[in-house]
Amino acid sequence: MMNDYATDPILLKPRNPVGILGYGAYVPRYRLPATEVARLWKGGDGEGLPIKEKAVPGFDEDTITMSIEASRNALKRAAIDPKDIRAVWIGSESHPYAVKPSSTIVGEAIGCSPHIQAGDWEFACKAGTEAMVAAIGFVGSGMAKYALAIGMDTAQGRPGDALEYTAAAGGAAFILSPAEEAVATINATFSYVTDTPDFWRRPQQNYPEHGQRFTGDPAYFKHITEAGKHMMQAMNTTAADYKYAVFHQPNTKFPQRVAGLLGFSKEQYKTGLLSPVIGNTYAGAAIIGLTAILDEAEPGDRILLVSFGSGAGSDAMDITVTDRILERRDKALKTQDYIARRTEIDYATYTRMRGTLTMR
Amino acid sequence: MEVPRHWRLKKQRYALVGEVCPHCSSKIFPPRDVCPYCGGEAKTQFSFSGRGQVYSFTQMTNVPTGYEQSAPYTMALVQLEEGPVVTAQLTDLGEQHVEIGMPVEMVTRKIRTDMDDRGIIIYGYKFRPVMQA
Repeated sequence: MMNDYATDPILLKPRNPVGILGYGAYVPRYRLPATEVARLWKGGDGEGLPIKEKAVPGFDEDTITMSIEASRNALKRAAIDPKDIRAVWIGSESHPYAVKPSSTIVGEAIGCSPHIQAGDWEFACKAGTEAMVAAIGFVGSGMAKYALAIGMDTAQGRPGDALEYTAAAGGAAFILSPAEEAVATINATFSYVTDTPDFWRRPQQNYPEHGQRFTGDPAYFKHITEAGKHMMQAMNTTAADYKYAVFHQPNTKFPQRVAGLLGFSKEQYKTGLLSPVIGNTYAGAAIIGLTAILDEAEPGDRILLVSFGSGAGSDAMDITVTDRILERRDKALKTQDYIARRTEIDYATYTRMRGTLTMR
Repeated sequence: MEVPRHWRLKKQRYALVGEVCPHCSSKIFPPRDVCPYCGGEAKTQFSFSGRGQVYSFTQMTNVPTGYEQSAPYTMALVQLEEGPVVTAQLTDLGEQHVEIGMPVEMVTRKIRTDMDDRGIIIYGYKFRPVMQA
């Protein structure tokens, strides 16, 4: 296999440079503390919990409603006519319909239909960045002026399973545009994908299965380090060239450890590390971290993002913030505004909100 | 099954799209193509800002069929900043106390599902306490 990434053009770069015109986040109001899950299933043993608390969607929320709000935030920052958006692509593993696109409803609600490409993407927790990379190609080829890519989830874990502590709700939306209009330029992307059965859900099943410890080294760590390492090698950068780094965050420890493996310090990853207080938002996890970074970053700051989706794969993105961030970011609610809006719930309320109580 | 009705109402329900009267400039919601204020024909689309305040409200404990899952909930008459008053559920209240005059903003949420788990999901406007500073 060709390994000279410095000379081999492995990086994905569109013919015309592309960037982020507007971005928006969404986190629902309710929080389930991890101690509540431990109280019910571990006899109150609160030792070594993976996060502090996770975000839980209200009765009336799903991937579609949350995508609508994140997209409206992105539109406020982009300040464009929604009709100029030519694609609405939503990455999620919790689309409300098995058959009927979430993207048509979101497109209608934000006023971009009918002249759009619309589709729902599925790649476990990487579906959001997969949609972004496609949108970069769509805009960078000149086929579309703007494209909307969303990663959003209302994730479910089997009651009592390790995933129940962390499976959360939230995500982010990005309007991709020509780089000259953008608040952040996407310098390149690079992906690393293999067939790795670390986590899956078969049709008609309510809850996913996972390969226990197999989800760590051969899946999460292997794919993120490969994508991140090769991206930096091909871009001729080191961790020191980036002000911020953000990774897929299924819990608190994994992204901290993978940051260390790639040479990043706490100073670089802390702004984008939201899983301790909102949980694992699956397709939204890495990219909502990116929105929190864009809320604070200064022009010229460089960001490395690496997502991870089970099955398995990682998309790495090398991003540089532009001057336009300063005039746009205050035009919509910030990610930390949503995190600060918080109502704690107990396990009983949680089961009711998630619809697991059978009414008839 | 009432699919055609939900399809017909989607624009006003998803995004508060009403009308503006070309004769007297009144903003109209829900859209009805005839201005209720001056009687003239009014078919020009107008997107409401979604901002308003609680004109009156009540708590629902005995709820209509299809809404059991979210009971109890608060229904409000919301006066939009452009004038019209709409009836809608309040959402995301948490422990927040509702009062007349409280500023609210529109969000698009799940209203209910048609035919239980087999039918379409009906989305539409609700209002929540204003988050914007």
